[in-house]
Amino acid sequence: MEFTRKNSRQLLSKIATNDGHGENSPYFDGWKAFDSNPFHPTQNPHGVIQMGLAENQLCFDLIKKWILENPDASICTAEGIDKFRDIAIFQDYHGLKEFREGVAKFMGRVGGNRVTFDPNRIVMSGGATGANETVMFCLADPGDAFLVPSPYYAGFARDLRWRTGLDIVPVDCKSSNNFRITRAALEEAYEKAQKSNINVKGVIIANPSNPLGTVLDKETTRSLVSFINDKSIHLVCDEIYAATVFGSPRFISIAEIIQDMDCDRDLIHIVYSLSKDMGFPGFRVGIVYSFNDDVMNCARKMSSFGLVSSQTQFLLAAMLNDEEFVGNFLRESSKRLAKRHNVFTKGLERVGISSLKSHAGLFFWMDMRPLLKEQTVKAEIELWRVIINKVKLNVSPGSSFQCSEPGWFRVCFANMDDETVEVALERIRDFVLQGKEKNHASEKSKHWKNQNLRLSFSSSRLYDESLMSPHMMSPHSPIPRSPLVRARN
Amino acid sequence: MVSMSKIATGNGHGENSPYFEGWKAYETNPFHPIDRPDGVIQMGLAENQLCFEFIKKWLMEHPEASVCTSEGVGRFKETALFQDYHGMPEFRQAVAKFMGKVRGDRVKFDPERIVMSGGATGAHETVAFCLADPGEALLLPTPYYPGFDRDLRWRTGVELVPVICESCNNFQITRNALEAAYEKAGEDGLRVKGLLITNPSNPLGTIMDRDTLKSIVRFVNEKNIHLIGDEIYAATVFKSPEFVSISEVIEEVECDRDLIHIVYSLSKDMGFPGFRVGIIYSYNDAVMNCARKMSSYGLVSSQTQHLIATMLNDHDFVDDFIVESREQLFKRHEYFTWSLSQVGIGSLKGNGGLFIWMDLRKLLKDNTFEGEMDLWRVIINEVKLNVSPGSSFHCHEPGWFRVCFANMDDNTMEVALSRIRAFILKNNESIVPRKLCRRSSLKLSLSRSLSRRIDDFMSPTGIMSPHSPLPQSPLVRART
Repeated sequence: MEFTRKNSRQLLSKIATNDGHGENSPYFDGWKAFDSNPFHPTQNPHGVIQMGLAENQLCFDLIKKWILENPDASICTAEGIDKFRDIAIFQDYHGLKEFREGVAKFMGRVGGNRVTFDPNRIVMSGGATGANETVMFCLADPGDAFLVPSPYYAGFARDLRWRTGLDIVPVDCKSSNNFRITRAALEEAYEKAQKSNINVKGVIIANPSNPLGTVLDKETTRSLVSFINDKSIHLVCDEIYAATVFGSPRFISIAEIIQDMDCDRDLIHIVYSLSKDMGFPGFRVGIVYSFNDDVMNCARKMSSFGLVSSQTQFLLAAMLNDEEFVGNFLRESSKRLAKRHNVFTKGLERVGISSLKSHAGLFFWMDMRPLLKEQTVKAEIELWRVIINKVKLNVSPGSSFQCSEPGWFRVCFANMDDETVEVALERIRDFVLQGKEKNHASEKSKHWKNQNLRLSFSSSRLYDESLMSPHMMSPHSPIPRSPLVRARN
Repeated sequence: MVSMSKIATGNGHGENSPYFEGWKAYETNPFHPIDRPDGVIQMGLAENQLCFEFIKKWLMEHPEASVCTSEGVGRFKETALFQDYHGMPEFRQAVAKFMGKVRGDRVKFDPERIVMSGGATGAHETVAFCLADPGEALLLPTPYYPGFDRDLRWRTGVELVPVICESCNNFQITRNALEAAYEKAGEDGLRVKGLLITNPSNPLGTIMDRDTLKSIVRFVNEKNIHLIGDEIYAATVFKSPEFVSISEVIEEVECDRDLIHIVYSLSKDMGFPGFRVGIIYSYNDAVMNCARKMSSYGLVSSQTQHLIATMLNDHDFVDDFIVESREQLFKRHEYFTWSLSQVGIGSLKGNGGLFIWMDLRKLLKDNTFEGEMDLWRVIINEVKLNVSPGSSFHCHEPGWFRVCFANMDDNTMEVALSRIRAFILKNNESIVPRKLCRRSSLKLSLSRSLSRRIDDFMSPTGIMSPHSPLPQSPLVRART
């Protein structure tokens, strides 16, 4: 930040003058590269393709259809205008009853109807961003800390810490066991914090995981609950990707897990949102769902700082209370996400790029370790800059998610149309193949043999002619003999 | 025992204030003309409900303002996805233009400086986070909006130091009072980082004159502290003198603009509190940038940004709305204050806001805050009106009450007035006619046009019912 007066720095708060906003992280650099040169199929075909934004754009046709069939969901149509005044003046921080009911029902549905959410526990916030910050304000004092399994969403650094004064203690998860959260890792992180006199107040996890795209299995979740219960610390579960699960095992909410466990429910809190599951990040629908009455009441008072616009509450109340629509939407959304995920991951496998096996989220966790010059964060950032500037894709480097191993990248796939998917795939393929021409094959294959490269090939046929699009067969990108392929053979 | 934060377990949320008790009384027994004619009438909520027919008409003529109509649905997807904390350019342009028009186009606002927040509530908290560290302080002239205790202090840890204003000079902010407060803060070991003024004032319903504003700007410049101008009632000024904004004064007084910040909202001026449209407009680039990053915690819903952008970019509508709103507020205010004066109740002379600052000092049994609370409980429980006691606004003197008048229809207003009349007449013996009348702010500035308007609503049926005979108020006698 520039200051025009030499004593300007004293004029503002510490919060305003530190880097706690987190925007100097590479996570945002990629956004800036995209913003200055965004891809457009006709107007800017050589621009940067945005693959760093976890958005769900696959089901807007269904939503538009519903909107046109339900004009009374809007306070601006002839059917809804009589509600305009009541809605425009409605600022009760309890929120519209129908809105809370709609959200509670939706959350229950997304959890497979195995658990019922109480509409009276639904508390609003300014998106999940506001929800996470609010929960931290309720649970911990400045200087306290939360354990956060890595890799984790880059925005946590700001949301959990910036204005709250809290600390994050990462719990390192490793690729050797698919980044699962182990009890041992939790204990180790907790002990280390204690030794440094850091007061750990809780654990926060995202399930499904961002950036991994994986879903917590029952065992891990139960182990997590027993850990926090033993230590009498809080567990905050960010479940904002719950409805983006497209395979099995199914999503299991923490709400369901605690039904069968002996644990202190006052320690359990859920953060939810409609930004990912429905694709409505602009509507700022954040939800805090705490099993602790005091936290619920406190968060509700704090919701005044970030209530959901009553106009939006009204629209979503109508939409989410339409159970037929919701059922259909969730089914379609899963199907389309599965298809898109498959196109990408299979397309990459064909050029020897693997990713962490996953079946949720709006992204996958791509393994680019074979392409690193050396296994360091520096090399990762160098590779990333090449990907942005030469390959013209904004993907997100693992280091921006505090991943303890260099070489992983989060790639978003649900925020573009099918044509752009093809362009993106082609660029990656070109890049990988060019890179392989430059490298010494023997060096690399030795390196790869030592790696835990998970190529989840379902078919033994590498080059399935029927799947090869003209792009792959162009004069500019001949199909090479990938060393990986040779290694497998 | 599960531990939570100090913030969560303290009382910083401010809800134990009497300001909220009245709300609760209302909620358990709300007035309804047919279903609950003896219920509590809500006069503690500063809402602007007088122009909805006007707005509804515009909405019906502009279906493209909604992303849910066939005309607007083509924009649904891009709107639903739009989460850029810079906000939609059309939204910022519309708000900047509206802010300028509300100030008579005497000053221009830069759309690039418009930053969103979760209502004015979120705006104040964000500005406090940007300007002060925990333990530092802001000066706040009394009486002030009770929500400030929560918005400025609760999660920020910032302290508030009152600047005492008194009825003897109509609660104007004096240089002496500012200096006294600043010194007292120093003595208490508090570092003052800024001064927050609300202009037009809540709860007073008055505006600051140019000289006072200039004096304030000079004061903050000399002390090198920030000035935050909460101007959320700017468009509710319904008669002269004209509203003067901080943005105008800084064009006339030499000052460091890095110290100047405006908080705005559409909750009062347009009557849209549910839409959570809060705005921070800072002349300081670092504050603007920081507040913009913080706006992620309370962005305006893109659906609402689109609606507001369309509405406020219709300049003809805006011009007409501002005139209509002022007209409606003027009528309601004048009728209400005149009716009260008929039973000897005065209020601070005001020309803005959605409320009046009612003077009930002569009804106090004791000239103390306990006396004020006793009277207030009577008003809630017997007269069945939720008004807000001055102590909840940190008023230095007991006996003042804020009474909102723009959040109800004409019939409810009549019911409220008849209840007040009945109550006053019942307690007539305790009303002491005060010689202070002439010196006090109970001047009825009756121009010819005003007296004509009063004749308009002095209908025989309204005023001369058997339940409320027209009394011979000393004020009325003084006037004629």
